[in-house]
Amino acid sequence: MTEPAAATTTPDERLVRVGPLARVLTRPDIGALLGAIAVFFAFAYFARAVNWIGEPAIAASWTDQAAQFGIVAVPVALLMIGGEFDLSAGAMIGSSGLLLGYLATFQGLNIWPAMAIVLLFGLAVGFVNGLVVIRTNLPSFIVTLATFFVLQGVNAALTLNLTGTTAIQEIDSATGFDSARRFFASELTQYDFKVKVLWWIGLTLAGAWLLAKSRFGNWIYGAGGDPVAARNVGVPVARTKITLFMMTSGVAALMGIITAFELRSIQAKEGIGLEFVFIICAVVGGCLLTGGYGSVIGTFFGAAMLGMVQLGIIFAEWDSNWTFTFQGAILFAAVMLNTVIRNRAQGSR
Amino acid sequence: MTAAAHLLEADAISKYYGNVVALKDVSMHVNAGEVTCILGDNGAGKSSFIKILSGAHRHDAGRLLVEGEEVQFGSPRDARAKGIATVYQDLAMVPLMSIWRNFFLGAEPRKGIGPLRWFDAASAKRIVRRELSQMGIDIRDPDQPVGTLSGGERQSVAIARAVYFGARVLILDEPTSALGVKQAGVVLKYILQARDRGVAVIFITHNPHHAYPVGDRFVILNRGQSLGNYAKSEIDRPELVRLMAGGRELGELEHELEAIKAEL
Repeated sequence: MTEPAAATTTPDERLVRVGPLARVLTRPDIGALLGAIAVFFAFAYFARAVNWIGEPAIAASWTDQAAQFGIVAVPVALLMIGGEFDLSAGAMIGSSGLLLGYLATFQGLNIWPAMAIVLLFGLAVGFVNGLVVIRTNLPSFIVTLATFFVLQGVNAALTLNLTGTTAIQEIDSATGFDSARRFFASELTQYDFKVKVLWWIGLTLAGAWLLAKSRFGNWIYGAGGDPVAARNVGVPVARTKITLFMMTSGVAALMGIITAFELRSIQAKEGIGLEFVFIICAVVGGCLLTGGYGSVIGTFFGAAMLGMVQLGIIFAEWDSNWTFTFQGAILFAAVMLNTVIRNRAQGSR
Repeated sequence: MTAAAHLLEADAISKYYGNVVALKDVSMHVNAGEVTCILGDNGAGKSSFIKILSGAHRHDAGRLLVEGEEVQFGSPRDARAKGIATVYQDLAMVPLMSIWRNFFLGAEPRKGIGPLRWFDAASAKRIVRRELSQMGIDIRDPDQPVGTLSGGERQSVAIARAVYFGARVLILDEPTSALGVKQAGVVLKYILQARDRGVAVIFITHNPHHAYPVGDRFVILNRGQSLGNYAKSEIDRPELVRLMAGGRELGELEHELEAIKAEL
């Protein structure tokens, strides 16, 4: 036995000593990892009719679904840590895919410049979202809800007007489609893992690096944690938040591009409803609704968890409507856990 | 520059909000390695006065001098450029962020070249540990969120940060008012540490018992006017308390209370 350290250092008045185990368990990324592992083994039991653990094709299908959620969840998580929401991220996927389809089929543009225009469009929508939030001081929840409805209407009305149907078809007729498809929607290995999964992992690593290692990451924490204090010490809070909105819409546009390559056509209502799934992923990753705290790595595990739930319910041959119930339950559990973590971090006494 | 020039001097500063006189002809000065205390009850004009010194507000009459030269501060940034840093009571730190992230927030040290530059966390943590220990602040772990620190420790870290980033004049807005006796003592100790490192400290408080042990000069504000500007040798603690409490008013109150007691 060594001497207790408390005898030499003066124990601080109101500080609660936290053991190493409790400290690890309350780290947001570890919590999300443990949750994802629990869900994985739960479906190993419920979906035992198939080889849930050992069959690579099954892993390929749930990682495909998880990447569908996880790619846009990365900037959504950063935005939430920066203290803001973007409810238009789901509809932006549809808008971007439709714009790509329109440029490629109706305008006969080569797919590469068409993609560049779509990405610029995404950044522009994010800029408008951010600018309106900063200028009006309105909650981003309301501002981006408005953007969401505007985009949803535009998507449906213009698609119907252009095509007479609810989708833009035959995007693969565009020149350059096949060369570009390799990067966005091809399959890897004989088990059909999607290249989308690599985008998901890559964006997660980039987002995690940005948050933990860059100056901008420190500004995100500050802008979300206490914008007044951050501004007082010289953080460009408005610029930080607008950049985060642009990243979110920009990555949503990337997701629209990926979707267009995968499906070769885009439905007008593509992406609608996903905005909430992105937020659930971020909350599972420890992001607080009030900003200032969270983890991109945790968000990755959150997306993995939701992807497994979605596919696990299919493989377990349950009614797929239960997916929503599961998502709700996961959200609720994550929020409860986050509240405990936040109270600890803020030292609520 | 004359030998008599003070590091920061306010000369007959006045401030009006419409027809309300917030400050009338208030003067004070502070030198490197000195603590000037500004005392006053609620509504005495303390916060208007520090907002002028820190550049958040403009004064309507009088002069503000830094090393003998008259200055006009358009914003807190102007004041900071002259080495005048203000530590506000509640707005100093982001509670959910770790100590080292807070310490360098807005002034992150970076490593690397071009766009591939990253926040040099290792040296940030090292500097935080060194700076805090030089101030005699013992922190267990720079990764700790600031929210887990006690109020006194939080103020102390904010003071250490201002000193590290080159503050020559440190304005402390009621740093002890929300704290218990022991915690307040901790903050007072760091005020003296900052003073010993050659910083000019302006300490705003309504508590003469906190001000007297650390102050070199005392300026007492009442209803926007200065009741006097004393060096420590010119005033003793009971007199400071008496002035602070509004002397005559307190006497009257005592008299009234006696009368009530007699009736009972």
